Amino acid sequence: MRASHVWDLGIKELRGLARDVMLLILIVHSFTLSIYTASTALPETLNQAPIAIVDEDQSPLSRRIVDAFYPPHFLPPRLITPAEMDQRMDAGFDTFALNIPPDFQRDVLAGRSPAIQLNVDATRMTQAFSGSGYIQSIVTSEVSAFVQRYRATATPPVDLALRARFNPELNKAWFGSVMNVINSITMLSIILTGTALIREREHGTIEHLLVMPVTPFEIMASKVWSMGLVVFAASTFSITVVVQGFLAVPIDGSIALFLLGAALQLFATTSMGIFLATVAGSMPQFGLLLMLVLLPLQVLSGGSTPRESMPELVQTIMLAAPNTHFVMLAQSILYRGAGFEVVWPQLLALAAIGMLLFGLSLARFRRSLK
Amino acid sequence: MTAPTRPPAVRLEAVGLSYGRVRALESVTLDLPAGGVVGLIGPDGVGKSTLLSLIAGARRVQDGRVEVLGGDMADAAHRRAAGPQIAYMPQGLGRNLYPTLSVFENVDFFGRLFGHGRRERERRIADLLDSTGLGPFADRPAGKLSGGMKQKLGLCCALIHDPDLLILDEPTTGVDPLSRRQFWDLIDEIRGGRPGMSVLVATAYMEEAARFDWLVAMDVGRVLAAGSPGDLMERTGTASLDETFIALLPEEKRRQHRPVHIPPRPPAAAADIVIEAEGLTMGFGDFVAVDHVSFRIGRGEIFGFLGSNGCGKTTTMKMLTGLLPASEGTARLFGQPVDPRDLGTRRRVGYMTQSFSLYGELTVRQNLELHARLFHLPAASMDGRIAETARRFDLAEVLDALPDALPLGVRQRLSLAVAMIHAPEILILDEPTSGVDPVARDALWQMLVDLSRRDAVTIFISTHFMNEAERCDRISLMHAGMVLVSDTPAAIREQRGAATLEDAFISHLEEAIGGAEQAPPRVIEPAAAAVPTSAARRFFDPRRMFSYTRREALELQRDPIRATLALLGSLILMFVIGYGINLDVDELTFAALDHDQTTTSRDYVQNLAGSRYFREHAPIASHADLDRRMRNGELSLAIEIPPGFGRDVARGREVAIGAWIDGAMPQRAETARGYVQGMHAHWLETRARTALGDAALATDFRLETRFRYNPNVESLVSMVPAVIPLLLLMIPAMLTALSVVREKELGSIVNLYVTPVTRLEFLLGKQLPYVGLAMFNFGLLAAAAVFVFGVPFTGSFLAFAVGGLLYVIAATGFGLLISTFMGSQIAAIFGTAILTMIPAVQFSGMIDPVSSLQGAGAFIGQIYPTTYFMTISRGTFSKALGIEDLASAFGPLFVIGPVLLVVSALLLKKQAR
Repeated sequence: MRASHVWDLGIKELRGLARDVMLLILIVHSFTLSIYTASTALPETLNQAPIAIVDEDQSPLSRRIVDAFYPPHFLPPRLITPAEMDQRMDAGFDTFALNIPPDFQRDVLAGRSPAIQLNVDATRMTQAFSGSGYIQSIVTSEVSAFVQRYRATATPPVDLALRARFNPELNKAWFGSVMNVINSITMLSIILTGTALIREREHGTIEHLLVMPVTPFEIMASKVWSMGLVVFAASTFSITVVVQGFLAVPIDGSIALFLLGAALQLFATTSMGIFLATVAGSMPQFGLLLMLVLLPLQVLSGGSTPRESMPELVQTIMLAAPNTHFVMLAQSILYRGAGFEVVWPQLLALAAIGMLLFGLSLARFRRSLK
Repeated sequence: MTAPTRPPAVRLEAVGLSYGRVRALESVTLDLPAGGVVGLIGPDGVGKSTLLSLIAGARRVQDGRVEVLGGDMADAAHRRAAGPQIAYMPQGLGRNLYPTLSVFENVDFFGRLFGHGRRERERRIADLLDSTGLGPFADRPAGKLSGGMKQKLGLCCALIHDPDLLILDEPTTGVDPLSRRQFWDLIDEIRGGRPGMSVLVATAYMEEAARFDWLVAMDVGRVLAAGSPGDLMERTGTASLDETFIALLPEEKRRQHRPVHIPPRPPAAAADIVIEAEGLTMGFGDFVAVDHVSFRIGRGEIFGFLGSNGCGKTTTMKMLTGLLPASEGTARLFGQPVDPRDLGTRRRVGYMTQSFSLYGELTVRQNLELHARLFHLPAASMDGRIAETARRFDLAEVLDALPDALPLGVRQRLSLAVAMIHAPEILILDEPTSGVDPVARDALWQMLVDLSRRDAVTIFISTHFMNEAERCDRISLMHAGMVLVSDTPAAIREQRGAATLEDAFISHLEEAIGGAEQAPPRVIEPAAAAVPTSAARRFFDPRRMFSYTRREALELQRDPIRATLALLGSLILMFVIGYGINLDVDELTFAALDHDQTTTSRDYVQNLAGSRYFREHAPIASHADLDRRMRNGELSLAIEIPPGFGRDVARGREVAIGAWIDGAMPQRAETARGYVQGMHAHWLETRARTALGDAALATDFRLETRFRYNPNVESLVSMVPAVIPLLLLMIPAMLTALSVVREKELGSIVNLYVTPVTRLEFLLGKQLPYVGLAMFNFGLLAAAAVFVFGVPFTGSFLAFAVGGLLYVIAATGFGLLISTFMGSQIAAIFGTAILTMIPAVQFSGMIDPVSSLQGAGAFIGQIYPTTYFMTISRGTFSKALGIEDLASAFGPLFVIGPVLLVVSALLLKKQAR
């Protein structure tokens, strides 16, 4: 292996990329605008939930409850008759239907503890759970405030002082922005190296290289460093300027350590791009394969839903994916301020996965030219 | 034999055409006589193909007037009327054929497009296959035919409807000389049977052009001259058409031309063998591409490989360079066996591939520099070497240009310069002159000759031009992987007693084939009467539509990878999303820092540990321990119980428990917070009940929450019915879009342009097989949902299936719509992914109900088909509903599919631009 070849071929890749305006736009977009919009557009847990109320009481208390639902958590409630309720829920118009029985106010004041019925469309998981919690507390506080004017109530003897660490307001943008950066890193590094190799194969330039005193190792290494460098620079910019700057996400831990992890992740994903390109026969096949690989990487790596709630088998399989380790590492460093002594296993795993993928691609490289 | 009494077949007036900024044709005014063979001659890229596609009606007229068979081709009504009388065979071997379909199926497809009945079709196909000698190969896939046979099949497809004007674009390029001769004999015979038919041909072979009735010489989008071959030669006073063409070129181009001068080889060098092959064999599966090829080439020799496309020339060269390992036999360079790991030998060899294979994104200078560096030219002498090479290959003026912007001839010079940058001793050149104009070709040859004679470079070159073969010191004639003969051109001619090298080659070919592949042609002219042209004018003909359906289904059936990937892919994605987008949070890890250590405090911790939501880890020792274990992510929740907790609770004194949740993942933290609060309240309630009895529990009111449709609030029950619409959109839409875009990219879309099939028939015909595949997929996904994921199905399956059918019609229609915008397959993939994924996931009620959306998202949600099928899917799976309950969702779904189809048909172009 000659370092000069790896260098020269890498410079060639960078020059080629510099002329591909569409790809440059894609890179810039995925690391700036896309991160910004995706992070700021993340809705709060409960956003504009449609609610309908059957008010059979028509008392000051029931009207008070109706008025307590307003945006952004809920849409202004729609007042319906009991007959309409089932039909509207079947058609999926409302997620919640609250039924206030006749004589509700009178029974409350008389201490008869009447029941309000809350119907929840539980096929809408995202709203069903948190929404019913909100509704419970809204109705409770309205009723207590109303009742308080008539009689005093006692405070509970044991208080629970609940605090969220690392992200006290549970701001979703903090989490979402970094996960989006990770998704962009994965997607672009795979696409850039994979298409670069397939393009060379389709144009015949790879054969041209292989009749020169250049080895497959040098060709692959040059693509890994050049494309990795581009994505690395873009992600550094994204983390420091977009995430820390524009989105004002406070970052606890060491950015340098995170970037070290990113470099190892890039080694693994660029190698994966080359590997996929040696498996795919053509650009369309690469495209289909890309979808089948990218989606599981993003969804199952723990970046969108917690790993603990996945089946044991899926968790084990996903340990083979670089993203799983990178997501763990990013969460530890950036949010919990963890240091090297905590994240070294992830760094090691990333390096090992990268080397394995690189080795596999190297073994397939010549065979894939046929 | 032009008949002056007949009106011209084609009349062109000031015809011009541009591709973007490139002017391909410039004010062409011509009358092409009817009833004869008219040839367009000239090198690649001068506008021959563009002109032919305009005449065939495959391309839209930009400037000027194109009149064919007495009508204006810019007029759609005339195109419809004249279309069935014109046959067009585009450039490229079998470009408008379907490689996975058999010979019979290909011709049958075209027969159906022209509306022939079954009997009529079978009779015509049998006649055509017999007369072209393809009869014995009726069941062979078109992709597995030799070049010559492909062209004959193309001809059968073109002749199925008895055209009056036959347009052939380079029908014999890359075909071996015997097949070429047979092809023209066939055309002559057909014309004998149909004397009224006019034939219009483009060709790069001048030998061939000499037998045409009328020639049009073209260069850079303009007509140089037109007339009979004899007339043209007489006018220019030349002896061969090659020379005639050069003489017709404008002055400045002609001036660059020098006849190639080949000095004799110095005899001394002959003994030194530098390239040697012995029994070289290459098999791909059961197909033998190169069959025991042997040769020895001496230093400084120019050795030619002559043969048709696909005869094994390129494969042999790849084995010599080490790109392909030989299955059998050995190849030696400089006396050493070829070893792909031997970098030393590579430095002494230069290789130029068939197509231009340098970096289009690097300038000429950067390309030269890169290769110089990779060959380790010393840094000190590199600039000098690059300058010298640029001078020698006449590239000095274009050093900073990008190769793509240069003419083909200059690009070939650059390829040669790159192959020569390290002064190799062997040059391996794979068809370096194909498509290059005669002047540039001769200049390139002069360079090769100089290299051989002056620098003793050994040159191994392949070509399919006879006059180039004549210039080699020795040649090998190749056919079907075998070397027929190897000697000097003169010796080969003499040995066969042939006047030309071509005759000698044909004689060798005839001997090798021995008539095995060539059933004797028998010309039977189909009865010209009874051509059912009425169907051609009909607006919608189910037969033409089903012709496309049948073909698409056959192709799908023979490309199992695509179908499997589609079916398997959607199942994989269903599992990924079903398990991945899991909103149940349980098994949260927690530990307690218990300063109190009383029964009460332990009871509190037990309360948490006993629930299914939490899993207890070893107790926390100190605040530092708490901090460490939360930082490394071990604990999602930490509880701190203050000292004296049990005592204070017993006395009713106010006391607070501290709880920290890991906020790194807000969604999980939010749920965890809900759980902790709930468990806390539960603990308080239990304590109150044991202490004071039920009386203490009198609250103001009770909230009775009923989780409907999914009483256990399980993620899978909620997600799986929502994932089915998502997958039934993405993959069918992508496959349908690809099926149309593939035709655009591969060129078979031309069949839509030049046959009577209408846009609606084309689209609907292609859509049907994918609707079928998607319905199969629908069945698979539904079965997986019920039997693998265990999601209960409570409603009407009929309603679900009908909704599914309407939905996949809409989804495939959406794919068709996308395909009308996209030009390449990769763009179609990314475009479809972006246009389906985001609206289907975010705006169709999968996560947030459409009624919660605002602005553009709400609008997209209301017109997007996924919204309605999502309602049907959830309604039938979880809400026990039937068709009448879901009428509000079926209505829109019923409309969307047909609307998408009609819009796509309106946007699809019936001509290339």
